[in-house]
Amino acid sequence: MHAVVLLKQVPDTAEVRIDPKTNTLIREGVPSIINPYDAHALEEALRLKDKYGGKVTVVSMGPPQAAEALKKAISYGADRAILLTDRKFAGSDTLATSYVLAKAIEKIASSEPVDLVFAGKQAIDGDTAQVGPGVAARLNMALITYIERVEEFNPMEGYVVAVRKIEGRKEYVRAKLPALLTALKGINEIRYATMPDMIRAARYQPEIWGKEQLDVEEAFLGLKGSPTQVWKSFVPQAKARAKVEMLTGTPEEVAKVLVEKLVPLTLVANK
Amino acid sequence: MHAQGVWVFVEHLGGEIAPVTFELLGKGRELADDLGTELAAVLLGDGVRDFAEQLFRYGADKAYLIDDPVLKDYRTYPYAKGIVKLAQKYTPEIILIGATTLGRDLSGVVATWLNTGLTADCTELSIDKTTRLLHQTRPAFGGNIMATILCKNARPQMATVRPRVFPLPEPKPKVGVVVEEPLGILEEEVPTQVIKYEEEKGPGVYLDKAEIIVAGGRGLGSKKNFRLVEELADALGGVVGASRPAVEAGWIPFAHQIGQTGQTVRPKLYIACGISGAVQHLVGMQMSDVIVAINNDPNAPIFNIATYGIVGDVTEVLPAITKEVREALAGQKGVR
Ligand SMILES: Cc1cc2nc3c(=O)[nH]c(=O)nc-3n(C[C@H](O)[C@H](O)[C@H](O)COP(=O)(O)OP(=O)(O)OC[C@H]3O[C@@H](n4cnc5c(N)ncnc54)[C@H](O)[C@@H]3O)c2cc1C
Ligand SMILES: Cc1cc2nc3c(=O)[nH]c(=O)nc-3n(C[C@H](O)[C@H](O)[C@H](O)COP(=O)(O)OP(=O)(O)OC[C@H]3O[C@@H](n4cnc5c(N)ncnc54)[C@H](O)[C@@H]3O)c2cc1C
Repeated sequence: MHAVVLLKQVPDTAEVRIDPKTNTLIREGVPSIINPYDAHALEEALRLKDKYGGKVTVVSMGPPQAAEALKKAISYGADRAILLTDRKFAGSDTLATSYVLAKAIEKIASSEPVDLVFAGKQAIDGDTAQVGPGVAARLNMALITYIERVEEFNPMEGYVVAVRKIEGRKEYVRAKLPALLTALKGINEIRYATMPDMIRAARYQPEIWGKEQLDVEEAFLGLKGSPTQVWKSFVPQAKARAKVEMLTGTPEEVAKVLVEKLVPLTLVANK
Repeated sequence: MHAQGVWVFVEHLGGEIAPVTFELLGKGRELADDLGTELAAVLLGDGVRDFAEQLFRYGADKAYLIDDPVLKDYRTYPYAKGIVKLAQKYTPEIILIGATTLGRDLSGVVATWLNTGLTADCTELSIDKTTRLLHQTRPAFGGNIMATILCKNARPQMATVRPRVFPLPEPKPKVGVVVEEPLGILEEEVPTQVIKYEEEKGPGVYLDKAEIIVAGGRGLGSKKNFRLVEELADALGGVVGASRPAVEAGWIPFAHQIGQTGQTVRPKLYIACGISGAVQHLVGMQMSDVIVAINNDPNAPIFNIATYGIVGDVTEVLPAITKEVREALAGQKGVR
């Protein structure tokens, strides 16, 4: 089994704060982490490796610092790590991101065929959930989004079965290999790095691929290759409302007044 | 070719059209009118022809239909191929899709095959009349910022929108035209198969459809006190909602969380109990018709968006309201 896991390094958005003067994100001092969804995707891939043997390759597109996220993945037990970094990749939207990732997967697969590609459901910074489906579309791979677990991997007959969780139901989907799966958060318990893997990770240097190492056309890269642009950004404001009517008195009194106000609106009892 | 027309993808399950489709037709109607162009529904499925009439009543001028047994259950490949085929032939200017699990699965593939831009999870859409561009506003960085996205050169401009972000329009009698195309895909070409499924009855499923929501926050103080929220919801025939801290404290499952990282709701009545009114919570519920806020801090920001405010201790006010509601309803025999 050979699985490629797409890992994005993200700022821990739970730690992001807004500068009240400039209304911009304060990113200084905010720790960079492996996108939480991707960590679960990686764990799912490592479990398949534990069970069937084989190899897990992790790939990230980002600035040179993203090597840290890849080294972390090595410490969990990934075998090979590739960092896609090039000034020309900067400013990519999801279409340009999926282009570079898909080209990298093609290159990896040309020497070591890939059975499965794992991605997170979404990244916690961009939040679009578009890159996984985009990569699958580019590579013409079967796509199973929102997976909770891989139920069965059958390379002999060339299929995988995964359980996906969607509104109101769980689906067991069988897909032809190679397939791309996007993982939900919290679906598995992420392992601790073992001492030998930690030592290996400390010494490991991810391979660096830029534009020159990939079979890409410049027109599809970075800002140039991105049809969407962030035109402006601002801090969210709550919608203004007509002034609030305050109800005062003892709890019993306010309860009475409130219910009198709600009943004529036929709000109550419309189960 | 000159791109024209606003399209709305029709999501349906079990013979019923998902409400987000009607919400998008309502918004799509406005956008189409601003552009002076037509509004079309994009209807794929097996035996779904009869849906067209409903789509017209909600504002569509036209329905593009692909009706084929391969489209019986939703699957990414044949649905995406079908839409791409229609879009390449009829060149729409805009395509709107619900930001549901299905819509997010579909839209990323369609946009990639059409080689165009896609803006995720929009909360606002409008047309700039001088440039004819669609201004697409969406939250990013976990809701910490909002961004307005433009897709200047590629067509169609594509966006997904969460359910309940736009109001449900009033249906009106209207006729429209159906334009039918063949799918041209054989079952053997579809790389995925749903081999079985399990229905999951979770309260989260109903939250976005609820007309009455009673939501509790950190101000409840304990799991035991959180029962007071459930009791009022029960008395009102409503559904329980929660802020993130109440979920994180384990007082109630995540499916009940309202806000940026939870659900977006739009009930007729929203009662916020012991919730301060952080913007990440407000974005999920501020479109509610009537908002009642109960909080012991008169300066809590939740009062800025409330219709009625009560300054008081939730552990005293909630039981009093529950009692009053039960008494009021006891007089309305047969209503419940
Ligand atoms: C404020 C703001 C708003 C934006 N809005 C849009 C928009 O509406 N449309 C749009 O097309 N772009 C948008 N972008 C750009 C988008 O965030 C980037 O293209 C980003 O690199 C990928 O999108 P994402 O973070 O949403 O990833 P998602 O699509 O949410 O990520 C899903 C999965 O894909 C994989 N993945 C994603 N990126 C990488 C990577 N660099 N390396 C390895 N694996 C990866 C991971 O497995 C991840 O879990 C926006 C950017 C900003 C700053
Ligand atoms: C990226 C990100 C995403 C987020 N997503 C969400 C989300 O989806 N949903 C969400 O809700 N939050 C979300 N949050 C968290 C949000 O910022 C707030 O922290 C949260 O909404 C606060 O919840 P709260 O109002 O219950 O708690 P608090 O802000 O602590 O407010 C408690 C309120 O209860 C009042 N109170 C205390 N005791 C009593 C009493 N006895 N009687 C009456 N009133 C009392 C207090 O005066 C206070 O106003 C997110 C945050 C981030 C950074």
